[in-house]
Amino acid sequence: MVLELKKPRPVWQIMFSTHHTDVGLLYTITGLAFLFMAGVLAMMIRTHLFFPGQGVLISDSVTFNRIFTVHGLTMLFLFALPVANGVGNYLVPLMVRYKDMAYPKLNAIAFWMNPVGGVLLWLGFSDTSWVSYAPYSVIRAPGPAADMMIFGLKILGISSILSSINFVVTILKCKHPDLPLRKVPLFAWSMMTVSLMTIVAMPSYAAALIMLLTDRLGVSGFFNPSMGGDPIAYLHLFWFTFHPEVYIFLLPSIGMMYEIIPRFSRKPLFSQGSGVFAFVMLGLIGFASWGHHMYSTGMDFTTKVVFMIGTLAAVPASGMHVFNFLATMWGGRIRFAAPMKFAVGGIALFFSAGAGGVLNSAMPLDFISHGTYWVVGHMHLFLTGTIAFGFVGMVYYMFPLITGRMYSEKLANIHFIGMLWGSVQVFYTQHLLGLEGMPRRIYDYPAEYTSWTQLNQIATIGAWILGASFVAFLINLIYYSAKGKEANMDDPFGLGGKYYYPHQAKNPHHIGY
Amino acid sequence: MGHDTAEWVFIGVVIAILVYVGVDSWIVQKEVEEVPADAETIKVTGQQWFWSFEHADGTKEISTLHLKKGHAYNFEIYSKDVMHSFNIPDWVVFEDAVPGHVNHAWFAPDQTGEFPIQCREYCGLLHYNMRGSLIVEDTP
Repeated sequence: MVLELKKPRPVWQIMFSTHHTDVGLLYTITGLAFLFMAGVLAMMIRTHLFFPGQGVLISDSVTFNRIFTVHGLTMLFLFALPVANGVGNYLVPLMVRYKDMAYPKLNAIAFWMNPVGGVLLWLGFSDTSWVSYAPYSVIRAPGPAADMMIFGLKILGISSILSSINFVVTILKCKHPDLPLRKVPLFAWSMMTVSLMTIVAMPSYAAALIMLLTDRLGVSGFFNPSMGGDPIAYLHLFWFTFHPEVYIFLLPSIGMMYEIIPRFSRKPLFSQGSGVFAFVMLGLIGFASWGHHMYSTGMDFTTKVVFMIGTLAAVPASGMHVFNFLATMWGGRIRFAAPMKFAVGGIALFFSAGAGGVLNSAMPLDFISHGTYWVVGHMHLFLTGTIAFGFVGMVYYMFPLITGRMYSEKLANIHFIGMLWGSVQVFYTQHLLGLEGMPRRIYDYPAEYTSWTQLNQIATIGAWILGASFVAFLINLIYYSAKGKEANMDDPFGLGGKYYYPHQAKNPHHIGY
Repeated sequence: MGHDTAEWVFIGVVIAILVYVGVDSWIVQKEVEEVPADAETIKVTGQQWFWSFEHADGTKEISTLHLKKGHAYNFEIYSKDVMHSFNIPDWVVFEDAVPGHVNHAWFAPDQTGEFPIQCREYCGLLHYNMRGSLIVEDTP
């Protein structure tokens, strides 16, 4: 599987390849490139909010609105999904013992839709916020930005459905006959779960996007009250896709931690069965809670209760993953190389994000937190604290397997400490800002609210630390993939001979230990 | 496949906490949504980018709302253009203003003073400045 980069090839050979490792590499690099681009936008937002008053860095509110919109869209659709697909492309065929993905050409097509969608999102630079709630996105959002966003998201949605079909078929149909499904490694299970979820969830948003477009063209009025439509319908269609999508972003990261933690604890996984069970549970329950994004839209009491129960029901399954990780590490001879640090940091932040999520789902408390910076902090704890931590850990883990060289452990350490410190400082502080009542997506805040100013400044300094840590990551990715010292490919992390790396698996019985 | 006692205990504790959270929020929310019969209705209209208010006696106010201490008020929340969210953070009054819908939120201020009113759902250009104030007065 590995060492493609060790033997230099012209870049077009990688670009036009349909081999799963090449497509995986393209996915991963694209995802990371967009991570840095959207990260720059995040730094601009936080720096702007350092002082109350207008004209700090960003001189008008519409630019600010465009920046947070594109930051959100890029992180979700052009970082989180592509990196998960990239790692999935590398590992899933190996884990199910097949030569490639089931449909290699479809795989390459699904990837190449990503840059196209990305270009549309970035050239449009829409100001609708990533949720693009109707009727703002229908009657007020300036075109062609919003239309370009709709087309961009449409293309990215099709891409994610195509790659999901590919993963499901690869795992279910191309699996080695000697390998029972329950023994398929948990990362492949996570990719299968999220692929099935994508296939079920995505059509609802695809429909909503088309309806939004025809509404904007004025030929229909699905979400436009002045034409007899209902904005709440958009919210239902949107969140029916995007609450499950939360798990679609999250589960691959959990799967990556399942790949990292047993190896670096030098112990077998505590329980494969409970991991599989928890993935399947989250895959099902993820569809029962979309309404908790809409408590305040005038939802009646009974509906709120139903969605609260649906939301709370997802917590035990997430808890099972955490327990599984802790029980695997318990008594292990843990080697804290970079992948393990990021995995463990990710678990800690996942736990705190989940605890905050329980408070959100409780109806009366949601009316305090909803639409404030609490929610911003909460979902960034998942997206940065869990998802990005898992992904970054996995990138470090696969680094020697892909490049044949070692990253600098010292830089990785700086990256880890900065990222953990920064995440805690910025996102915990945002929770507090939410309790102080600061709404999301605001360009400016009154200078007389000194507590807002202070907390914003603490958060911004945290964001700078977080951003600076990624410079270390960038150096590791660029400099050390070309000039790092050669990795010992039999055991790049020095774990001892008993522990297999994915690329060494020769026998299906070895994969899950 | 190593399920064991520790895992069951862990899951049990998690579920017990969740049941507590669920039941308690059910009780509190039930109480919160019980609008007192003598609550006075105030019509709140959100539009880009200010709030306007209409009292039961027909008095209209823009951006600043004057209310009396010790009375219960039931807000009827409308929107003229896009989605907004009517919010008085200090009194946990929070409900979306959705065009084509009428939403409700109620409260009974028991302290005098000036409290900020804001919009908590992104509504465009001046969303950040869609602010007003609530003045609770001590008149019998």
